[in-house]
Amino acid sequence: MRSRPGGIKSNSHAAMADPVLREALAKLKTGFQAKRKIAAANLPEFEALRDQARDMKRAVLKDLDSYLEIFETKVQEQGGQVHWASSDQEARDIVLAICRQAKAKLVAKGKSMISEEIALNPWLERHGFEVVETDLGEYIIQLRAEPPSHIIAPAIHLSRHQVAAAFRSRHKELDDKRQLSEPRQLLDEARAILRQKFLAADVGITGANFLVAETGSFVLVTNEGNGDLTQTLPRVHIVLASIEKVVPTLEAASLLTRLLARSATGQEMTSYTTITTGPKRVGDLDGPEEFHIVLLDNGRTAMLGGPFEDMLRCIRCAACINHCPVYGAIGGHAYASFYCGPMGSVLTPALAGLEEWSDMPDASSLCGRCEQVCPVRIPLPRMLRSWRERAFERKITSATTRFGLGMWGALAKRPWLYRLLVDLGMPVLKLLAGKKGSLSSLPLAGGWTASRDLPAPEGRSFVTQWAEYKKGARQ
Amino acid sequence: MAKAPRVGLFATCLVDAMRPSVGFATAKLLEDAGCIVEVPVGQTCCGQPAYNNGDRETARAMARKLIDLFKNYDYVVAPSGSCAGMLHAHYPALLADDPNYAALALSLSQRSYELVSFLVRVMKVETTHAALAETVTYHDSCSGLRELAIKDEPRLLLQKVEGLDLKELSAAEECCGFGGTFCVEYPEISTKMVDDKLADIEGTGAATVLGGDLGCLMNIAGRLKRKGKAVKVRHVAEVLSGMLGGPAIGEERS
Repeated sequence: MRSRPGGIKSNSHAAMADPVLREALAKLKTGFQAKRKIAAANLPEFEALRDQARDMKRAVLKDLDSYLEIFETKVQEQGGQVHWASSDQEARDIVLAICRQAKAKLVAKGKSMISEEIALNPWLERHGFEVVETDLGEYIIQLRAEPPSHIIAPAIHLSRHQVAAAFRSRHKELDDKRQLSEPRQLLDEARAILRQKFLAADVGITGANFLVAETGSFVLVTNEGNGDLTQTLPRVHIVLASIEKVVPTLEAASLLTRLLARSATGQEMTSYTTITTGPKRVGDLDGPEEFHIVLLDNGRTAMLGGPFEDMLRCIRCAACINHCPVYGAIGGHAYASFYCGPMGSVLTPALAGLEEWSDMPDASSLCGRCEQVCPVRIPLPRMLRSWRERAFERKITSATTRFGLGMWGALAKRPWLYRLLVDLGMPVLKLLAGKKGSLSSLPLAGGWTASRDLPAPEGRSFVTQWAEYKKGARQ
Repeated sequence: MAKAPRVGLFATCLVDAMRPSVGFATAKLLEDAGCIVEVPVGQTCCGQPAYNNGDRETARAMARKLIDLFKNYDYVVAPSGSCAGMLHAHYPALLADDPNYAALALSLSQRSYELVSFLVRVMKVETTHAALAETVTYHDSCSGLRELAIKDEPRLLLQKVEGLDLKELSAAEECCGFGGTFCVEYPEISTKMVDDKLADIEGTGAATVLGGDLGCLMNIAGRLKRKGKAVKVRHVAEVLSGMLGGPAIGEERS
């Protein structure tokens, strides 16, 4: 696994000082959040569908191996090849071997978070292949040499001025005086360049939203149609998918499709929903000659049967990310993981180890909004807490936090001592605050008072005052 | 109601230490609704800080203590959705494998309520004699909202407060950034979140912001004070009980 550039605390400091990022993130409320709300309200059976989807995915995970074997057989029957990758390195090697065998020079890529998880692009580039991202957002961040900051909107952190600047600096062959102030102009330029890449590419790589066991098909949803060009124009098509993407039937896939776009972008459906089964057949007008599916495990089977199994229901809609106030404050890059927000904070430690990633489940107020909007009802707060329990058990939790909790626990278990200290301490704080009614600084409370005053206590504790009041009432 | 229910008032550690007046307001509301109120002396904290920070054993020890202390009451009522949520939604799972406490945790869970939802749902309180001639707004604290589904109850009663004009926040259901120890472990992120909340509050033009959880209210009040804002912050129980004599949270004493 790659080493991690910084932790959330240090990364978020810079992120929150970035005015462009703040402006971009502020749009989440009026954008994705508002649109999801309308889409959900417009579908009377939306809540019932969520229950069905949860139950269906649960059942699949109980028999995951059987469904994957059925899927493999069906793909092979259709003339496709299935490759099993237990680790990220295995997946990279498989893709590299296919590209070499195809004598490829240029690889066109559709959007795939699995390719981010396995760090595919640098690997292929290191071995001499040119890789071009064809999703507009992914293309933009590829030009800027940065990772996605959101799982469905990878360039959400950028303004269109930054996009124009990236185009100008990287499309050197074009007239330097051209107009790039309008989104349309940016779109046209990207389209013209990418069209040539689609036609010239030897291998096309896409992700998959769902794998359908009964037919050996895979489902891909996009809003740009680039995924379809990526999979139909090149001679060889490789699908990257993690094992939990399999569903039993086309009907099950359509259930998830009804939830996916509504939860993600607030659309009823994405512009393109493509179901693909095997390579080009005799009589087909287009399609690849070779069709490969790489099935990635990379730590997922180890999640089965444990406290994080529910996470494997995730359909990558990003609703949890869009509604997360922490993501809304710091953006995706601050997590420095391939997956961000609540889903990323549960999944990353499972795939890449808790030792290096314990601050992801830690950096949450556990407000629960993620679970509230999750289309497959994943109990994300519960799982964030489960990671914290493991961090505590393995002594990854900071010494300060452990000490503080230990002191508080020791005190709370001794009510007489607790009462004594509260009744002594609170009047002192009240006195210190004086007429002002609040304290602007307090030793050992810098985490609070750096940006907030501490409202002063009213005096002795309620329990003590109540006992006196009752005693007085009896006399 | 045939017989007055005996209610064990769990003040919560924050109300107990920081704002006893909310405890008295809670007791008054419960007594006015026809309850017999008792305040067990041995109460401290529900264990949520330990629970949320992964210290499961300490949380379990604190849960057992609280269960013993409140075993014999018809109901346990707390002026906090967060702490009541801990008792109601988390104790059963926390102690599920404890042969001596699993059943007791379940029993406590079923008897535990947040104050305002208890008044409306169990005691069928429909009105109040309180008065406050002010524009106020209401912040839905996360645990009460999402673990206990408290949304309509405070609004139902606030609408009956004479002279009170309730203006809704545009994002009332969004976290204020408190999150228990989160606010001191990630102060910068927490501050950004509370600043969003402050902007929302100011947008309503309300003179006072109300809520059902002292943690959130202290966070909001502390930030308002730091920024020199005049908006007052109070627990909803203070308004509903009409006990508004003292200064608001963090407000100067006259």
